[in-house]
Amino acid sequence: MDSLLNIERPPVYCPGCAHDKITHTLDNVFQNMGLTGEKIVMVSDIGCSGLFDTFFNTHALHGLHGRALTYAAGLKLARPDLNVVVTMGDGGQGIGGAHLLAACRRNLDLTLLVLNNFNFGMTGGQFSATTPPDAQVGSGFLNQLEHPLDICRVAHSAGAPYVTRCSGYRNDLANKIRQAIEFKGFSILDIWGICPGRYTKRNRLTPKAIEATLAQLPAMEGVMADNNRPEYGAQYRKVAARQKPVGEPLKIDAEFSPPRPGRQEVILLGSAGQRIITAGEILCLAGLTAGLQTTQKNEYNITVLRGPSISELILSPEEIHYTGIERPSAIAAIDQEGVDRRMAMFDHLDQDTLVVTCEGVEIPACKARIHRVDLKSLGIKKPDWALASLAVLANLGHILSLEMLAAALKIRFKGKILESSLDLIQKAGSNSS
Amino acid sequence: MSLTLLEGNEAIARGAVAAGCRFFAGYPITPATTILNTMLSLLPPLGGVCLQGEDEIASIGACLGASMAGLKVMTATSGPGISLYSEQISFAIGSEIPIVIVDVQRLGPSTGSATRAADGDINFLRWGNSGGLPVIVLAPVNVADCFTLTIQAFNLAEKFRCPVFVASNKEIAMTRESVDMDALQIPEIVNRAAPPGGTKFLPFQVRDDQGVPDFLPIGGKVLVRQTSSTHGVNGYITTDHNEIAGIINRLKTKIHSAVDEFSFYETYTVKNSETLIISYGVTSRAAKSVFNKLKNTDRPVSLLVLKTLWPMPETVIRRAARDFKQVMVVEMNLGQYIHEIERILPDKTIKFLAQMDGRLITPHAIKEKIFHG
Repeated sequence: MDSLLNIERPPVYCPGCAHDKITHTLDNVFQNMGLTGEKIVMVSDIGCSGLFDTFFNTHALHGLHGRALTYAAGLKLARPDLNVVVTMGDGGQGIGGAHLLAACRRNLDLTLLVLNNFNFGMTGGQFSATTPPDAQVGSGFLNQLEHPLDICRVAHSAGAPYVTRCSGYRNDLANKIRQAIEFKGFSILDIWGICPGRYTKRNRLTPKAIEATLAQLPAMEGVMADNNRPEYGAQYRKVAARQKPVGEPLKIDAEFSPPRPGRQEVILLGSAGQRIITAGEILCLAGLTAGLQTTQKNEYNITVLRGPSISELILSPEEIHYTGIERPSAIAAIDQEGVDRRMAMFDHLDQDTLVVTCEGVEIPACKARIHRVDLKSLGIKKPDWALASLAVLANLGHILSLEMLAAALKIRFKGKILESSLDLIQKAGSNSS
Repeated sequence: MSLTLLEGNEAIARGAVAAGCRFFAGYPITPATTILNTMLSLLPPLGGVCLQGEDEIASIGACLGASMAGLKVMTATSGPGISLYSEQISFAIGSEIPIVIVDVQRLGPSTGSATRAADGDINFLRWGNSGGLPVIVLAPVNVADCFTLTIQAFNLAEKFRCPVFVASNKEIAMTRESVDMDALQIPEIVNRAAPPGGTKFLPFQVRDDQGVPDFLPIGGKVLVRQTSSTHGVNGYITTDHNEIAGIINRLKTKIHSAVDEFSFYETYTVKNSETLIISYGVTSRAAKSVFNKLKNTDRPVSLLVLKTLWPMPETVIRRAARDFKQVMVVEMNLGQYIHEIERILPDKTIKFLAQMDGRLITPHAIKEKIFHG
């Protein structure tokens, strides 16, 4: 195979830069693997490692600092057949640390070459995530105060199934890179090298010294047996193929007439766990069965299972514009928390509003008509009071009819839940007027 | 007529799929999360991909990668996520990567109120990129718009190779609403243009009569280069200031010069009305209620509802406002679009109603401002 190096743009690293050697080694790997440029995408980001993509005649995507793995994930998921080779520096491991962890955990078939030269070369040799504390760098004393990141140990503990820590000067570097590319899953090579432009201006570092330091660290080379598992993309496609297609949203035809003409505004005032939102949806569906336009606007705290839960509903024969409640036709006071949240509203009510008030709920003095119900004595439990309140309204011929409500339940529920909810509205509707 | 009950977020997801979206990546955030949920139920069975990224930056990054591989892509978030998207948005603008970005706005600043609404990001969307280049922002009013404008957003992203924002709002996104799906006006689907055969492909080369480069995907037979750095037509870094000026101007012109072809709006005009209300998003629904209430009275008002916010549809606004002495802008923030309206309508009396407390602006408040403000 031919070299994939771009002869029009020869590498322009500082003399003696480890990146230069790795560039040529990578080219040898591509040739040995018999890969042509269109089978490869080089993904890089910022820093000297970000020059890699320009030196190769391959597909290329060069992006923002530390984010190379994010683009690579999208490319590989969209084109599983491509060899996606990512180059990043040690700087990128710091700024893009979350992406490194995610790539290790996800195990998408990407090859990450970390060109680790212990500093930010391009911006003046500042300390990076891997700078030793005793190094002299462009960040004054700051690196003395931080602990350097062991990329490989982090990758291993984050679940990377293939991790190699090596010197850029190793004779078999080409083999190591090739094995990483051929590995089906996320592979990371932490390749240590020398930055003559910045780092070795103030620090003594030689290939020998790199070898010596590496020899003192626990060896990490190749497949991490404890992390080895199926590749993410292949798994994704397998699981996705088993997912059932979702149908078109349900279209509901009008089959009933609403009990009252005009726009009807309803507020359900309850608390978390009372299925307020579901009851609101059921009221909307009931409206659709009578050919009414509907809106449902909900309010609840961002925490779940606690606090007020409120649903504001509008049913109207005309198009609904403003979705807020201006003159409620009905309020269901289902729980004190909901009532307390909307206390101020009661001041403005008049005789046109019907308030269905559940046992134990105190509502402020107001001019509305009050209809008290004791659902508990009917054997209806609190989580069902919202739905039961709709049945009460239906029984009073207010807002909706029992047949609209039953039809809505048949749209929303199936099987046992449907049966029990139909029983419930029967019970609540016939015993509560 | 049959009716469907949908929330705005679900309508956006379904619109995206109808437009041909096959890649979605997002990070959960109220009030945008149900877009992620819906895409996760819709895309995998279609052979598409829905990814939950490790954060917002990763989510939009994955989208950019997938878009460069040729897929139609979308991501969705709220204000805090748009902040994190910013550097990637700039990348998509400068490197002409088609993407639809949904901002389901919530009350800011910062983490603000997750379940309270505002239209506080309108200028943020326009100006939230390094470089200040123009973007396209569409603002849905209701669930029907969520579906159709999302398709338009994809069409524009494909046609102009740029990010297109759908500026939704918690009050549309998480409000369920009846919609007649059969009555929706579905736009024809647009796909990014491939180059004509027979010529050497350069990733940012523009044909003589075009303002937008042809697209070939990464991974095809022809090698494609993409870069976030200032580049020439070949996709390599350039320092030639003439080439730079040419590309930067083209990035601006391709969007600005075309706004008349994608100025989405509605007008409701009553003869002899003195005031034109200009509004957008969920707030325009309260304005529409006011319009309806007053149209048969002796003091009617007219209404312009803008659905394209950026680039500013100046032609539409000037034409709609021509016969009015007074214009009233209503928006759910401290005053953002008002300044644009003032800029292009210097000879009008301009009233303004703003509210940013998490509640909808009421029709009553709008009426009060018109007659007693």
